[in-house]
Amino acid sequence: MAEAKLINPYPDALTEVEMRYCPGCTHGTAHRLVAEVIDEFGVRDRTVAVATVGCSVYAYEYFNTDSVQASHGRGPAVATAIKRVHPDAVVFTYQGDGDLASIGMAEIVHAAARGENFTVIFINNAVFGMTQGQMAPTTLVGQRTTTSPRGRSTAEAGWPIRVCELLDTLDGPAYIAREALSTPQRIRSAKRSIRRAFELQLAGEGFSIVELLSTCPTWWGMDPLGAIRHIEDTMIEHYPLRVFRDRPAGQQEEAGSDA
Amino acid sequence: MSEERRRVFISGNEATAEGGIAGGCRHFFGYPITPQNKIPEYMAEHMPEVGGVYLQAESEVAAINMVYGASAAGARVMTTSSSPGISLMQEGLSYMLGAELPAVIVNMVRGGPGLGNVAVAQSDYWLSTRGAGHGDGRCITLTPYSVQELHDFTARAFELADRYQNIVMILGDAILASMMEPCTLIPRTEMPPPDRPYAVGPHAPGSRERNIINSLWVDFDVMEAVNIRNEERYARAAAEITEWDEFGSDDPQVLLCAYGISARICEGAVMRAEEAGVRLRLLRPKTVFPFPTAPIREWSERVGAILVVELSMGQFVEDVRLAVEGRCPVDLLGRAGGNMPSVSDVLAKVRQVAAKAGV
Amino acid sequence: MREELFMAGLGGQGVNLAGQLIARAAMDAGLNVSWFPIYSPEVRGGSSTCTIVIADGRVGSPTSERPNSMVLMDSTSAERFAGEIADGGLLVINSSLIREVPRCEGCRLIEVPANEIAAEIGNERTVNMSLIGAWATGTGVLTVEDVARSLRAMLPERHHVHMPANEAALQRGAEIARSLA
Repeated sequence: MAEAKLINPYPDALTEVEMRYCPGCTHGTAHRLVAEVIDEFGVRDRTVAVATVGCSVYAYEYFNTDSVQASHGRGPAVATAIKRVHPDAVVFTYQGDGDLASIGMAEIVHAAARGENFTVIFINNAVFGMTQGQMAPTTLVGQRTTTSPRGRSTAEAGWPIRVCELLDTLDGPAYIAREALSTPQRIRSAKRSIRRAFELQLAGEGFSIVELLSTCPTWWGMDPLGAIRHIEDTMIEHYPLRVFRDRPAGQQEEAGSDA
Repeated sequence: MSEERRRVFISGNEATAEGGIAGGCRHFFGYPITPQNKIPEYMAEHMPEVGGVYLQAESEVAAINMVYGASAAGARVMTTSSSPGISLMQEGLSYMLGAELPAVIVNMVRGGPGLGNVAVAQSDYWLSTRGAGHGDGRCITLTPYSVQELHDFTARAFELADRYQNIVMILGDAILASMMEPCTLIPRTEMPPPDRPYAVGPHAPGSRERNIINSLWVDFDVMEAVNIRNEERYARAAAEITEWDEFGSDDPQVLLCAYGISARICEGAVMRAEEAGVRLRLLRPKTVFPFPTAPIREWSERVGAILVVELSMGQFVEDVRLAVEGRCPVDLLGRAGGNMPSVSDVLAKVRQVAAKAGV
Repeated sequence: MREELFMAGLGGQGVNLAGQLIARAAMDAGLNVSWFPIYSPEVRGGSSTCTIVIADGRVGSPTSERPNSMVLMDSTSAERFAGEIADGGLLVINSSLIREVPRCEGCRLIEVPANEIAAEIGNERTVNMSLIGAWATGTGVLTVEDVARSLRAMLPERHHVHMPANEAALQRGAEIARSLA
């Protein structure tokens, strides 16, 4: 008699704590993908998650791994030291765009430049979520936020920062990719990039970062489907989906498709 | 390892760095700032000899967060800096107090506020004893007054940091950092890793619950419990490690209170006390948090006056006054900006204080 | 015993190293000692100075108001500092560079033509050694043998070939001091 088999079990690397993210937010998707990768590599007892400040501040409650909560922007410095103390640990930071690209720009750039052997999961939803909808360094030109009420003006606030492109100027990183959490196809692609990033860390290849374009229906003022459409129609145009760097493979390939 | 204690002639910076290594520090993160650059240089040179890690951070902000991460991962870790750099580290220090993590921080104090200068000062007394950063936490603060004590105190600080699960601050200054004296070195030994059941890192599957290092406590009672635990630590430290030294007349008319380099000047004053015609005694704290309240209070009932000498416009003097609680006059000789009183300046002030007190 | 020695010269003359040698020799002789580089606002313009306190008891303050002895290596330092020496103190000057002998009433003066001595010995790097030799013998705090022993210990082995020249310079300074005693 054929036994029933659960083909998509709940990941060991996620706790069963109910997440506090808003309806339609893709943080949960990102958590799940990272947890699946940790399980697939069987490294849950070697993994240290570094939670930062932003909506994902409670990441240490959700990832079923050792965790360190870092101060705003400093996740890469904290992760650097954890990895230097335990080179056999699997270390990742989970950072939003305010944490990584605003207050923490120095730490992310220098950790990348040093080629620190940990993985960064970078959630880019172009807005400060936790503090309730202010402008982020990744907020698009013209995008309304509570601190750019007439839409982001380049005269007042300059232009949004493309983090992957910026880090791609450095020699340190082993892996740089931008993915989006907007469609099943793209989510599968994102999982492949996250898996590759951890794989390279496990191989000791150095710094890896996966940027994930994410929704924020609450502070974008959209319903969940509208937010998904916003990624597809607007964000990807400004933040192209790409594997910028895959050092061992040495080639740049198309991302964002399920080819 | 040889147990033979080597006597060398070295600077305070070098003695501090070697004290760290002798105390079991195997992870050092720092950012250059005068007048303590000899410490990171020494660590960069010598950490590899003991299989340790030296890393130059991109800023003091990054350095202190690396200290946070290394401590969370179970390492004996240290950073060193000077006043403006310690200002930048305040947030990270506060997080460590909130997460109840041990670490050793050295501040070779220079003139301030602002960029100030690179000369001697003791104007970070409040920064050390009232902090760090926001919140209710405090740093256990040791005040060495010689190259030997910089070495010994730094080495000992690692044990204290783990014993109280708290930051231990070594409060030095620009002169102690650069002056050279004989120093008997504590031998380097391999120590077992510190006992930190709460540390994160690889572990055998199922061997323990997952560990979380955190300073975010949204629940009022949980947050208060952290504060209470810290206060209990400080009370324990006060009972166990408060330390001071005394030197001079057994029947003093004036008590000098000073720490660090100022205590050296005051020691000179006690040695020349007959010039002032006043019986003098020096009480110098080796710890300023916890503070030697009891002995200062006892002397305040037996002397005509207390003279505090410090290289600031009056920070340490406030703790002395809190200890004395009005039992005798407490006067201050404070200099700043890199200026130091001479021994004669101290003796002149002693005469003045004694006359005013009628002794 | 308490000896407060002040040394000053131009940057590059090796004032601090000379001071560290004396301090190290005092430590090796079983004495307490501190070496303290001074950066007071008055001490600018290329002057390099240090204070060494040597004592058989506590050192106490590592600073000095009225040094018992001074070693001054250039004319600017001589003009600036000679007057601060204690009554009866010992002033050692490099007379090769200090043409105008500083006024110091009540002090003992030893003039050492240190550059000429170094030239005669054939090693220009021994300039400070004759000054140290004169200071050691003049104060009696250390012997030139003490200093030589500590110098040997401080020098990397590859520089030990210079020891005879250094010892000769130390002795020449000591001889000048003895001839004035």
